[in-house]
Formats: sequence, C-alpha cells, structure tokens
Amino acid sequence: MTAGSDQHPLWVAIVGSGPSGFYAAEGLLKSGRPVRVDMFERLPAPFGLVRHGVAPDHPKLKEPIRIYDRIAHVDEFRLLGNVTVGRDVSVEELRAAYHAVLFCCGAETDRRLGIPGEDLPGSHTATEFVGWYNAHPDYRDREFDLSQEVAVIIGQGNVAIDVCRILAKTVDELKHTDIAAHALECLAASRIREIHLIGRRGPAQAKFTTKEFRELGELADCDPVVDPADLELNPESLAELEDRAGSVARKNLDVLKGFASRPARPTRRRVFLRFLLSPVELRDDAQSGDGGRLSQVVLERNRLEGGPFRQTARATGERLTLKCGLLFRSIGYKGVAIPGVPFDPRQGVFPSRDGRIVDEAGAAIPGLYAAGWIKRGPTGIIGTNRADSMATVNSLLADLPILDTGPKPGAEGLAGLGPGQGPRVVSYADWLVIDGAEVQRGASKGKPREKFTRVAEMLRLLDRPLPREPTEL
Amino acid sequence: MPTIVTGNCERCRFTDCVTVCPVACFHADDQMLYIDNNVCIDCGACIPTCPVQAIYEEADLPNELRVWIAINAERAPNLPSITEKEEPLPGAEARKADLGF
Repeated sequence: MTAGSDQHPLWVAIVGSGPSGFYAAEGLLKSGRPVRVDMFERLPAPFGLVRHGVAPDHPKLKEPIRIYDRIAHVDEFRLLGNVTVGRDVSVEELRAAYHAVLFCCGAETDRRLGIPGEDLPGSHTATEFVGWYNAHPDYRDREFDLSQEVAVIIGQGNVAIDVCRILAKTVDELKHTDIAAHALECLAASRIREIHLIGRRGPAQAKFTTKEFRELGELADCDPVVDPADLELNPESLAELEDRAGSVARKNLDVLKGFASRPARPTRRRVFLRFLLSPVELRDDAQSGDGGRLSQVVLERNRLEGGPFRQTARATGERLTLKCGLLFRSIGYKGVAIPGVPFDPRQGVFPSRDGRIVDEAGAAIPGLYAAGWIKRGPTGIIGTNRADSMATVNSLLADLPILDTGPKPGAEGLAGLGPGQGPRVVSYADWLVIDGAEVQRGASKGKPREKFTRVAEMLRLLDRPLPREPTEL
Repeated sequence: MPTIVTGNCERCRFTDCVTVCPVACFHADDQMLYIDNNVCIDCGACIPTCPVQAIYEEADLPNELRVWIAINAERAPNLPSITEKEEPLPGAEARKADLGF
C-alpha cells in the first residue's frame, strides 16, 4: 500500500520552521492526500528568519506569519519546538519514524573573509548583530562596542543594508518596533557617526533591492554620501544598464545619483556608500593603547574585468586604510551540517537534485529532501522560498511509490521525546502562550511585542499551574 | 506603496507570480490577475517572475498604466484568491510575442 492513502497517511518530518518549512507544510497539507506533518524547531519560537532575520523596522515583511499561523492551525500539522535534530533526535530516528524527512534548516552561519585580523575584538558577523537586535537567544549576550565613531560593513546585500539602517537610525525611529529591549538600550548610547558600506564591485552590480536602498535616503538624522566618481561607469556596466535584465541596476543608479546630487544636511550620522573595494587586512593599533582591538581596515581598490553581466572584481594593488573600531561582515551565509545528512562544505548546502538529497555518488537518498537556503544557498527573498518548497514537495509526492515502507508512528515513535525524557517539547498551542505574553509585554511600551530573549524565560511560561480563582480583569 | 498588475496580464494569465507570493494576495477572474494591496507586503517577489512584465511597484508605474491602481483595488477583494499556478490562457504565447517578450 502506498503511503498517502486513507488508512495509511504519509508522515513527513520538516526540520526548521522558517518560511521554507512552512511553505513546504502548506504544499503537503494542500496535496489532497492524507498527510501528517511534524515540524521540528530547535527554539521554542517558530518562524525562523521572519522572526529573527527580518529587520524590526520592516513590520510588513513579517506579515507572512499570518499565513504560517493559518497553516499551523491545520489539524494534521504539529510543531515540535525546542527540539534540536542531530542532538535530541537523530536523523536516523526521524527516518525510521517518518516516510520522509524534509530539511528546511536555512543557512545559519556566515562566510568568512579569510583575511588577517578577522577575529580581532570589534570585528563581527552580520548574523550576530542581526540575531542580537532581533532577540535571538543564541546572540543575547553578544557585545558590540557602540562607543566607536566609525563602523564598517563589508558587503552590500540586503542584510548589510539592514545592519547599516539599524546603526543609522535614531532611538525614536526604532522604539515602537519589536527590536529587543537590550539592543535598543545599547543603540540609544551609540556614538557611531560614520558608517561605511563597502562593495567589492561597482554600483551597477550591487545586490540590494531598490526599495531598501531608497530608505537610506529617508532617515531622520543620517544622510547617505556617494562619491560622484564612483558613478562614472565602464562601458560593460553601461551595457548592463541598457539591457532588459538591468532594470534593478538602473533604478539603483538613479537612487545613487539622487544621493550624490542632493544638498547635505547637518545630520549626526552619515552613511558612505563605497564601491570597488575589498578588505585585505584588519589591524589593531598597539600604539594607541588599543592593542588587540580593531582600529583600522586596509582596503584594496578593485577594477572590473569581463563582459557585461560576467564582470568580476580584480585587485589593482592600490591600497587605502580606513580607521574604524567596529566592523561587520555580510558577504554571504552557509548552512550547518547535521549528522546523518550529506553536506557540501564549500557551498554550505545539503547537496540535492530537484529537492532530493543526494549522496557522494550523486544518487538520491530515499526519503531525504531539502528546500530553501539549505537546498539552493542564501538567495532570494521570503516568497522565493514558496516556489522552491513547492518544487521539493512535488518531488516528494512523485516519489510516493518508492517511499512505501509501511505505516509510520511519527513523533510518537521517537524514544528521545517520550514522557519524562529529553527537552520540553513546545507545541503550537504552547507557542501561542509565549506569543501572547510577548505581545502583552510590548503593549505598555507601544511596541508590537517585546520578545523573550532566553529559552528558559519562554519555557517558564508553560506548564504553570492554573490560578485557583479566576483572575479579575 | 502598492504593487499593481497591469494590462499585459490580460489574455495571458501566466500565473507564475502566485507561486512566489508569501502572503497569498493574488486574486483572479478568467481574464487576468489582481493584487489585493490590503494584504500585499510590497516584497516585490512577483515582479521578476512575470513573463510579460505586467507587475509594477507604484513608484515605477508608467503614467498611462496608473489607471490599473484603481482597477486592482476595486476588483481584487471581490474575486477568488489564487495561490497555485494554472495553465496560461490559450494564445498566451502568441500574445507574449506580440508584446515583445
């Protein structure tokens, strides 16, 4: 009998509760077959990068949570939060308890620059900072020295711009968002005056979306600064702009030209958008008594080589230094390996074909699938993951004849999660308790929510005995 | 800032856009699709997926297409939601070629 028939539902474990996980659940639950979905999440709070990645001042981009909430309320769906796959439950156990395991665990770590001084105090990853201001428990206790006056951000993707904007905004611009209280407090004392956003290639090749870019020109007390010389493009870049595929670059250039030509305001902070530069070394300054702390970055000027849309940055040998006490790298993300699943350390993904995870010989491993960033790498925006997850679900459903291995127990078959054992599993109903408490905490401050930043704080809200008397409202 | 489906969708209805919408804001009649801007989050994921470039952010909307802002606003809430890709209309490929794509 094939899994997915009436008496014999298809049991699928989804690992990860971000956008790709929820869109995969949507695809499975709408497949018209009897399906049971158990979604595993290592934190007590679901929604992955929509909760812990999207910037607090972009509340609209968190709206997909409404869709995920609807999916989570389907009877055939269960959340198993606060469960780490690979630690509390092995992949082998999941494979025994489910017909298929679908990994949607994202890209949790940063790519490295690979230059001397990268690990000096004062040099950080964008991931740490984003996790810190978004109340991710892993980054709760990170410290960032905001008494510095100059911050450098390496990279020009949307995460780099988010980091830049959070550093650039005033407290008034942030205090009614869901930014973590501890971050808001530190940012209120920030002495940052200059933020340099460093791009390897030219303005025509920058990866940010025009909308995010325009926002840098709309800040209360921070002006963007562009060197007009950077806007003189080579013929290949001009050809890119004229091409139909160059519409985003064209719009970005228009925004940059606007920044370059507008009169400067006497703002407290400035953002310098800088191009054709790569960091080659981070230095401390032993003489200033700051020995062992980041005090400057050495940059090398690049030129572009190659035809339109294939231009790469080549070092010219010309170097310049920039004093800075704080640096964030935001040059891409990589997935993290889970024991029991093939991993490509170079790309930072689970190797796959059409969403089917493949072994070293390139053969599909029955029952293992991937979707989202762990499948295709860290590209695209939230919605990109919906089509991506649907494609993987279609592969999974096409494989039903070969997944027929009898009835499966689902989470009830996982010994490590049995009664009195392992972590306190957080259900979706449990999460709604935490969610309600966060919203309540935020209300008095005029914030949409005040997130809990510690796993223990969240778990303490659960399993509390009911009050003996109904509480007066 | 609203995101708008314009006339190029008419008689094409390729529906690639709906597969990347994170909030299910597309609605459809049998001729074309419309965006419900009370739901749309302006992420722009749909814009590059349209084979006939029918979708615009309002800021990029050419003047002669601004009439579609009101049409989307009026029709989307009264039509069924569409979240899965459907077959394009018969003749969609020919119309796409006519439109220069």
